[in-house]
Amino acid sequence: MKASAFSYARATSVVNAIELLAEHGDRAKVLSGGQSLMPAMNLRLISPELIVDIGDLTELRGIAVTGDRLRIGALTRHVDLLNSADVAKHAPLISEAITHVAHAAIRNRGTIGGSLAHADPAAELPASMVALKATIIVEGPAGERQIAAEDFFTGIYETALEVDELLVAVEVPVAQRNSAHYFSEFARRHGDYGIVGLAAQAVVDGDILTDLRLAYFSVGDRPVLAMAATKLLNVAVTPAVLLEASETLGEELDPQEDQQASVSMRRHLAKVLLARCVATLLGRPELSAGEVL
Amino acid sequence: MIPAVSISLQVNGERIEAHVLPRLNLADFLREHLKLTGTHVGCEHGVCGACTVRVNGDIVRSCLMLAAQTNGASIETIEGLSDSGEISDLQAAFRERNALQCGFCTPGMLVTAQDLLLQEAEPDRERIREHLSGNYCRCTGYQAIVDAVASTARARTGRGA
Repeated sequence: MKASAFSYARATSVVNAIELLAEHGDRAKVLSGGQSLMPAMNLRLISPELIVDIGDLTELRGIAVTGDRLRIGALTRHVDLLNSADVAKHAPLISEAITHVAHAAIRNRGTIGGSLAHADPAAELPASMVALKATIIVEGPAGERQIAAEDFFTGIYETALEVDELLVAVEVPVAQRNSAHYFSEFARRHGDYGIVGLAAQAVVDGDILTDLRLAYFSVGDRPVLAMAATKLLNVAVTPAVLLEASETLGEELDPQEDQQASVSMRRHLAKVLLARCVATLLGRPELSAGEVL
Repeated sequence: MIPAVSISLQVNGERIEAHVLPRLNLADFLREHLKLTGTHVGCEHGVCGACTVRVNGDIVRSCLMLAAQTNGASIETIEGLSDSGEISDLQAAFRERNALQCGFCTPGMLVTAQDLLLQEAEPDRERIREHLSGNYCRCTGYQAIVDAVASTARARTGRGA
């Protein structure tokens, strides 16, 4: 299908974009790379009256390291993240997550800001931001707001963004010497939306996990930070410890059923990912051998 | 009444000035305004890959880009890649390997395959499959298409077809 008719404004600055959004409220939609917005419009799932195209705002593009923060501009494309040495060094979880995002032609247009503002609960980047303790930076008529990724995603395609605010950047803490990460998802085909996925960021001290953030996606209406991680912190991880964490995970997750998977299948796959994650982070393949599921 | 948007762009090296309605996507602009019907429109939501073209050197889905967004851009379609001879060996390999039947997916397959071959001289079959994973073929299947891309890669690096 074709998108229904709409008016089009090419924003000339961040301030201009915010003015347009303030004037038109929820009748307007911001167009970044368009790789989620355009399908939704072509399918007539949404029909905005005004499109505010921010594609010319080059100041929103780019990756920079400042002190212990990696700042990524909202218009930075997936392919730019994939090819960035800074991202690979300072936030390797993102580099790995991006390889699971759609296909080359989509990654050449899709942007990190667009993905985060769209807030698809099955998408890889929102969960990765939650795992990384990212800060989402938005600008509105009253100035800048910094929102923790955990608080930013509020529901299916819903975020803490006000209608007159623009997502301008995201900042993540740079990886430390003993940082470790894990990313994996189950999908029908590589590049499809995950049936269940896990983005995890950890600190490993010898054979002990001293920090672990498990951000699951496609198991709820937003990225889910699993509290089961606390069962694995500062202890020698034995199969019994992992089993307890796995049971806690099964109890805390409340996944949806759809054409792709039942509730119990999603719970099971989440547990499989937990075992594989812990085994990978600790370099102990025997932990994912299957008996702890 | 929604005002048209002025755009100025290059298509296959030719300067184009146009006034387009905001809702017009690049695929329809190419096909209906410029009569470049080699770009095919399949799913219209970015899944099938039949509308793949190059914008500023990068492959993109032309159904997921507004014509209004192409102001200042350089577009290359299958007609441009074909007429310049850039992919004549790849096209010949598709014919020889019977890698097309109805031909609907072929322009998108060729544009996407050429994108991979420009980035990597010697992709293995797994890499070829991964790069083409966003392009659907509904008749010949993928084996012959992967064969054609692999043999073109071999021929270009002097390793024989």
